[in-house]
Amino acid sequence: MELDPVLLARTQFGFAISFHILFPTLTIGLSGFILLLEALWLRTGREAYLRLAKFWTRLFALAFGMGVVSGVVLSYLLGANFSRFSAATANVLGPLLGYEVLTAFFLEAGFLGIMLFGWNRVGPRLHLFATAMVAVGTLISAFWILAANSWMQTPAGHTFDGARFYVADWWAVIFNPSFPYRLMHMSMAAYVTAAFVVAAVSAWHLLKGRDVESARLGLRFGIGLAAVLAPLQIFIGDLHGLNVQEHQPVKIAAMEGLWETRGAAPLLLFAVPDQKAETNHFEIGVPKLASIILKHDAEGVVKGLKEVPPQDRPFVFQVFWAFRIMVGIGLAMLALSWLGALAWWRGWLERSRLLLWTFVPMGGSGFLAVLAGWSVAETGRQPWIVYGLMRTADAVSPVAAGVVLSSLLAFVAVYAALFVAWLYYSAKVIRRGPDAGDTHEPGEQGQRPMAAGN
Amino acid sequence: MTLDLPLIWAGIIAFAVLMYVLLDGFDLGIGILFPFNPDRRDRDVMMNSIAPEWDGNETWLVLGGGGLLAAFPGAYAVLLPALYLPIIVMLLALVFRGVAFEFRFKAERSRAVWDTAFAAGSALAALSQGVVLGGFIQGVNVVNGEFAGGSFDWCTPFALMTGLGVASGYALLGAGWLIVKAEGGLRERAYRSARIALVCVAVFMAVVSLWTPLEHGFVAARWFTLPNLFFLAPVPLLTAAALLYGWVAIARQHNWGPFIAGLLLFLLGYLGLAISLWPFAVPYNVTVRQAAAADPGLMLMMVGVVVIMPLVLIYTAHNYWVFRGKTGHDGYH
Repeated sequence: MELDPVLLARTQFGFAISFHILFPTLTIGLSGFILLLEALWLRTGREAYLRLAKFWTRLFALAFGMGVVSGVVLSYLLGANFSRFSAATANVLGPLLGYEVLTAFFLEAGFLGIMLFGWNRVGPRLHLFATAMVAVGTLISAFWILAANSWMQTPAGHTFDGARFYVADWWAVIFNPSFPYRLMHMSMAAYVTAAFVVAAVSAWHLLKGRDVESARLGLRFGIGLAAVLAPLQIFIGDLHGLNVQEHQPVKIAAMEGLWETRGAAPLLLFAVPDQKAETNHFEIGVPKLASIILKHDAEGVVKGLKEVPPQDRPFVFQVFWAFRIMVGIGLAMLALSWLGALAWWRGWLERSRLLLWTFVPMGGSGFLAVLAGWSVAETGRQPWIVYGLMRTADAVSPVAAGVVLSSLLAFVAVYAALFVAWLYYSAKVIRRGPDAGDTHEPGEQGQRPMAAGN
Repeated sequence: MTLDLPLIWAGIIAFAVLMYVLLDGFDLGIGILFPFNPDRRDRDVMMNSIAPEWDGNETWLVLGGGGLLAAFPGAYAVLLPALYLPIIVMLLALVFRGVAFEFRFKAERSRAVWDTAFAAGSALAALSQGVVLGGFIQGVNVVNGEFAGGSFDWCTPFALMTGLGVASGYALLGAGWLIVKAEGGLRERAYRSARIALVCVAVFMAVVSLWTPLEHGFVAARWFTLPNLFFLAPVPLLTAAALLYGWVAIARQHNWGPFIAGLLLFLLGYLGLAISLWPFAVPYNVTVRQAAAADPGLMLMMVGVVVIMPLVLIYTAHNYWVFRGKTGHDGYH
């Protein structure tokens, strides 16, 4: 069998970056939540806030560690797998990534030690400041990396001589057309994801009767934040979609499974897109709804995939279904958070074990939605690595396919093992609950291990 | 006056890589010394001594990579494919030892697994960094600005030797750090480890210093022609002095001396390499100027470095100050 070096390089990078994004998603959201808890504790002096802050810091530390190590990998894997892309775009993307390191990574790293281990080394105000710096650092990091990604999706502010990109206008490069939408959509995704994680863990603690005071508090934070942010996220997502339609109409056509350009386009609920036959099988759709959503006009004309030749189309099946998974999860999150808010308002939130149990598995929903969403964004822009200008096929490194394949297998094995370990230790922290934080392990005196958040 | 941006950037990247080697060097060294300190409490202290610092230390590696991409794409796009395998091994090894910091303290029955992950990951990361260095020094095959060699070109006795050299240097830094941060038996053993590591470093530095000019006429000409011979003679002489200082500091059980000797040795070795290889960004094919990015990006980035780097250094120093003193006796309830 012939190995396809382009597909291998994409698979390896896609796998490594998908694995990575899970952790920043959680740590962006959780650091904001921990900052809120610490500030509330300083203001009110209520112990439960502090217990919750320290408890979530323990989980944050586990996820942050995973994010750091999988992120360091990416900064080198980019050049290792896509050296021709690196050489061509370095003038544009290099400074953006450089600024991410300078303004975000060092800031996070410089205050992470204090946030995790500094409770007895610095006063509560300096500790709060350290937590704030870490939380801000995660957002600054998102700013630069999404600027870079958005430039690849909707390049602007550059000149291109066929081999290399040169910057003409930095402002236009950074604030390229899709950047504001992508930045909002992703940051909001992180906060919604974290809100559901907090709600899930708190619901489970309530069900198990573990530190009920903190759990009640946590559940209300989770539900409250989710009920406000989930609809906001759907609104932002819609704006983002309109922006994609303007700049990447082929991606929209793939998301909607639309082959022919047409008016009164239906919103397909189910279909099996067939790339070769250029059509869908087993279509079930709502008439005119896609036109209404995308054009705000029932007869509006939506461009189809056949506007471009077959070699310029993405793999429709994946884009189509990833989009449906993302939207489906988003709607489920909205429904559940509002149901939770209703139950809170009517006073039966903690009495309904069924509702509490529903929140538990939904803790993972945000991560799936994020993966599905990025799958839409990144698969949907293929075959371009710099949209409309440079093809992914022209971007890969001159590295033997067998070498890429063997390192891909190594990554899959290592990451799978780490993921299991991360889940295991996170579950362990969750099982012990917020009130177990300061207890010593049996037989341990004096030289206590410096685990996070103790 | 116009700024010579590629030259300035060569200096910035060199600074970032040096910071990385010195800082992550000592925390990787702690991992290398793990097998020689089997007691669990000792290992707790060893890990605690670097837990608040390792993330910041490793950030310099990302700055080195990101900076290389931004400033010298012609080198980044050649070196990464050329050194693909040792770099992947280094990254995976860093993954293992990085997660061990959190997992180890959460583990009870499986602690041995994360002890091994930390020790083996640190050692393997150090080795592969040394191999990458060796692969760099021995030169990379470049045609039309692209890597044109094979996947295993880096795999030579020379590169394996530099791998061991870097690992023993990191062990020396780790032992020096431990002498400062630890007490009792752990500190005593650290002196013994430092002595062994120092001897290894001396041997490897001597071998590399002879082997490189013998292999590469370019390097030989740099050092052994007149008048360079006289101007550059202080480098090996100072290196010999630093080795001697390290030996004495260990023998007399100085507190900071062994660590400082380790830093000096790395500094001098680094200086020696810079002298040997200048002006190449990819030895002996692509110069710094050929590899450099366009000026606007270099300018934008330089402004960022000038403004932000002092801040970074200040809060990095602050972090070290907060966690100063002996580890494991105060602070953590």
